[in-house]
Amino acid sequence: MQALANLGGRLLSALVLIGCVIVFNFLLINIAPGDPATVIAGEMGGASEQVLAEIRAAYGLDQPMLVRLGTYVMRIATGDLGYSYYYNDPVADLILSRLGPTLLLLITGLGIAIVLGVWLGVLSALRPDSPFSHLVTVFSLIGYSAPVFWTGLLLIILFGSAWPIFPIGGIRDVTQSGGPLFHVFDVAHHLVLPALTLGAVYTAQYARLCRASMLEVLKSDYVRTARAKGLRTSVIVGKHALRNAILPVVTIIGLQIGQMLSGAVLVETVFNWPGLGRLALDSILRRDYPTILGILLASAVVVVVINLATEAIYRSADPRLRSGGRH
Amino acid sequence: MARDPAFHPPKSPFVEAMAIFLGNRAAMAGLIILAVVILASLIGPSLYGVDPKATVNAPFLPPMEDVASPMGTDYIGRDVLAGILSGGPATIMIGTSAALVAVLIGITLGALAGYYGGLIDTILMRFTEFFQVLPALLFAMVLMTLFTPSLRVTIIGIGLVMWPPTARLARAEFMKLRNMDYVRAERAMGARDRRIIWRVILPNAMPPLIAAAALVVGVSILFEAGLSFLGLGDPNIRSWGEMIGSNRDYIFDCPWAVFFPGIAIFLTVLGVSLVGDGLNDAMNPRFRER
Repeated sequence: MQALANLGGRLLSALVLIGCVIVFNFLLINIAPGDPATVIAGEMGGASEQVLAEIRAAYGLDQPMLVRLGTYVMRIATGDLGYSYYYNDPVADLILSRLGPTLLLLITGLGIAIVLGVWLGVLSALRPDSPFSHLVTVFSLIGYSAPVFWTGLLLIILFGSAWPIFPIGGIRDVTQSGGPLFHVFDVAHHLVLPALTLGAVYTAQYARLCRASMLEVLKSDYVRTARAKGLRTSVIVGKHALRNAILPVVTIIGLQIGQMLSGAVLVETVFNWPGLGRLALDSILRRDYPTILGILLASAVVVVVINLATEAIYRSADPRLRSGGRH
Repeated sequence: MARDPAFHPPKSPFVEAMAIFLGNRAAMAGLIILAVVILASLIGPSLYGVDPKATVNAPFLPPMEDVASPMGTDYIGRDVLAGILSGGPATIMIGTSAALVAVLIGITLGALAGYYGGLIDTILMRFTEFFQVLPALLFAMVLMTLFTPSLRVTIIGIGLVMWPPTARLARAEFMKLRNMDYVRAERAMGARDRRIIWRVILPNAMPPLIAAAALVVGVSILFEAGLSFLGLGDPNIRSWGEMIGSNRDYIFDCPWAVFFPGIAIFLTVLGVSLVGDGLNDAMNPRFRER
């Protein structure tokens, strides 16, 4: 019962957060210099007077601010994110068509980072003074300091000319056709470089974090007890220590997911990956405000949902939190 | 009276932290990298004397081919080395100013939340959460489009999206320190909240905040590079990110025009992070054990 109430509270605060983003979007349109109608229509060759009049009527721009805010929120609540005058499509449809590739990139990159980062971190914590451990430290520093778009471009130079085993742009090869299995393989093949580029940054950070927390955990009393019981190192590390050492990594995933979406914008641009980030840049360059504000909202929703998910994982990883937060 | 040779007066925490910092090889390496970068940015442009915006040589000239352009030229014959030297001050200036904006916002909000607690804390932390939910780059991109991109908009835009981690750290520090005896003593003597927050607690909360600020500078430099790579920075400034972005379509014809500016960003951020880590190790006693 307690756990259920807890979940309800979390969902409610997530909804409030999304509501704030909606209001914020509204304010952004209204504080931008110039007539909101032109802002909404964007600057694609100058919207005609007729389009502007339609927008004024649709958004009720002649109404008082609060009434306008009310209609705006109601429209969003019914799934109407506005209309892109550049793409000539409802913004919601545009976003839905681009959400898949972005989530695929994000989740693959995150998966690479977690598996590789934790693995490197644990191995280097087991032998903190070995050459391997120093190598991991150097790698994390490089991964942390190199701009993600630059790493991506270097990979393109490498795999585009010297060693062409991976495609360097796009999500699929349109010159070839095949069954669904071919399609899956094709997308996965195109995913390799973008996901590695995005994953490398976070692999570096998680390796560093995991190394530090593993070193700390290995010094703790219960690990000493486990050693005294004569357990094998693999059991101690895998069963006893890892669970605790991984907690800081899980925490930071939730905090960083917004940052990772930012990285995805750059990676998508570099690799021509047809996701939300690419759409965001295109609509910004064309001043397509309904689309860009819709993307801002959609990405906030993605961040909130992934946050809720990591929190659930955190709870199941840490037994102290399992019984509804009383510890 | 001769001093007892066994007597060592306790060192001040500052001297002790400095000693740890100076003994940290990685931090020293970072300091040297930063010194080279800053020196090159300060005197490099006038010493080298080539206009970074002008076409000075044949396009796509590889490095070391012509002594006049040791790092080669880009797709319209602009000198890569001149661009790197003149892009340094812009990148570093934007990075540090934006970090300053972020740290000021972060410390102010974090201090108020941590010191007062209760409703103020709840409201401010919800506010922080809100900013953490918006993907920073997208948010900054929107700001850059709504307002004409200029140096000031870039700095404020980056500062506006970078402050939440600092706010969280400042809040934690203030929560820890607000019930210390010396703070209570100050309060018992009738000091106002304003004095307690800024004059009593803040100086004591500074060490971890300074270390965190150094890391914010690194992230801000990366962020500025990303924005100008996308072509959303101030169009009048040649920054390292902009150099990479403008040569992006020609990476197979002049990879050096993409490679060298990236190295410049990488080294600068590396230097800043090494120094930041060193400061962190020196100033946070909790981490000294490692």
